[in-house]
Amino acid sequence: MQFTSLINHPADWMQGSGPHSDVVMTSRVRLARNLRGFPFPGYSQEKQRLELLNLAKPVVEALSEMGDAYSEDYVSLTKIHKQVLVERHLISREHAARSAGCAVVVDARQNLSIMINEEDHFRIQGIRAGLDLLNAWSLVDRVDSELEAHLPYAYDPKLGYLTACPTNVGTGMRASVMLHLPALALTEQINPVIKAVGKIGLAVRGLYGEGTDALGNLFQISNQHTLGEKEHDIIASIERVIERVVSSELNARQKLLEDNPIMLRDQVGRAYAILRHAHILSSKEALNLLSLLRLGADLDILPDCDRSVLDLLLMEIQPAHLQLRAEIELNAEERDMRRAWLTRSRLRDISSPIEPPPDHPNEGDS
Amino acid sequence: MKCDVCASEATVFLTQIINGQMTTVNLCDACSKAKGVTDETGFGLAEAFLSGGIPETPNASEAVCPTCGFTASQLKKIGRMGCPDCYSTFREGLDNLLKAMHKGTRHVGKIPAKWQTTAPESSHERLDEETPPLSEKKNPSVSESEESGPSLAKLKKELETAVREERYEEAAIIKREIDRIQETDQA
Ligand SMILES: [Zn+2]
Ligand SMILES: [Zn+2]
Repeated sequence: MQFTSLINHPADWMQGSGPHSDVVMTSRVRLARNLRGFPFPGYSQEKQRLELLNLAKPVVEALSEMGDAYSEDYVSLTKIHKQVLVERHLISREHAARSAGCAVVVDARQNLSIMINEEDHFRIQGIRAGLDLLNAWSLVDRVDSELEAHLPYAYDPKLGYLTACPTNVGTGMRASVMLHLPALALTEQINPVIKAVGKIGLAVRGLYGEGTDALGNLFQISNQHTLGEKEHDIIASIERVIERVVSSELNARQKLLEDNPIMLRDQVGRAYAILRHAHILSSKEALNLLSLLRLGADLDILPDCDRSVLDLLLMEIQPAHLQLRAEIELNAEERDMRRAWLTRSRLRDISSPIEPPPDHPNEGDS
Repeated sequence: MKCDVCASEATVFLTQIINGQMTTVNLCDACSKAKGVTDETGFGLAEAFLSGGIPETPNASEAVCPTCGFTASQLKKIGRMGCPDCYSTFREGLDNLLKAMHKGTRHVGKIPAKWQTTAPESSHERLDEETPPLSEKKNPSVSESEESGPSLAKLKKELETAVREERYEEAAIIKREIDRIQETDQA
């Protein structure tokens, strides 16, 4: 499969809706795996990385999940192509910075990606829509078992899967969930929630920027411990926490509708107006306004707005995606214009926010 | 002599111990500059090729991984291991480090199928917390007497099995390990 056909197909997880997908965008599970007898990629010579790549890539490509996969060595990828893969969450920023001896294999539906010679020899990643860590885990678990049948893993009975960084040793598993929390942000409850989640040993970070400055109100919650806990237990405890964050977000949305319907409609309406009519749109402005639009769609303030249109747009307005579409490198100003144009055209068919009943402007959408 | 990177005429010749082996690297002018190889005594060469590496003169008394040549001070600086065998080389103090990072110091998650058949769960359940990782080889099918990995005999058996079962990539990797051990033995 070619790069363009991969990119032209939106990923399964971008259009599918999973459990709680009004709040949870995606669930991801990645496994760090290494082969014995090879130094870790960060401490190996190019020759050794190439040797491992040549041995391992055919095995990865032959995995039953990788029929009609996209498989590419980094030496033959442009900077923009790599960046597009980063923006799609198919490869990591760190991996994109590397070149010789590195490769990625992605299944046609983009549910599964395997990076070769990242910080570890293999990073196996499964992505699902909504809150669905268990299915993401069972996918990577299956793939991992198949890979392990063909390759000698570096494994120790006491320490588990041996990884370049001791923070990943054991299960080598990082489970992460991407959340959209606009109501908690609007009602200024986001910081206490972040603090509470951090206290129970999970990491919270803004997807673009940190803390209250997180652009687009997008947050990622993931486990930090990989040793001394079973994969299922780690996943269960994250899902428990996410369920609670989801219900606080939904409560906050309900409360906004009840207590501050005018403010809410004002924010959604302004976001809609700007996105429909702007000609210069920075990343920051677009992310924040699209977040409000998504909230409006979830609360039926925008009557016929499909959430997946917005999620797709969120992907398409990122710098490398814009440049890929334009087929040239663009500077920041040019990107802002293209971003505005793309946003206007994608939102053209979405009708304006519904009017509240004229006599009772404060009763919300009842 | 050709440059190891781009195959033009080499002008810089460097010898260094990389991964426990004497390695000579030949570079042309351009590549030696591109790789930042300015220290022609040889130290720092591995790092020049490696991202994230920090040049470090090995201290005579410090632990060095026999498999990859990684040193204790590099570990301290980078916070990452050089190769899987480093976990055994630098096991001293590792438990404390892991205790600070994780919920426990013992793996309780997934066990690869190959280890399940040769090492039933009960046998390593018995290892108590005090056992340094990888050091005491209580389970002969899992770890052999050698410090830095499985023994030659075990590897040869694994190679046979892999070839019989037509797992050729795995066979190639095992063959590579056997070669390395034999080379080291002869040296
Ligand atoms: Zn050269
Ligand atoms: Zn080592």
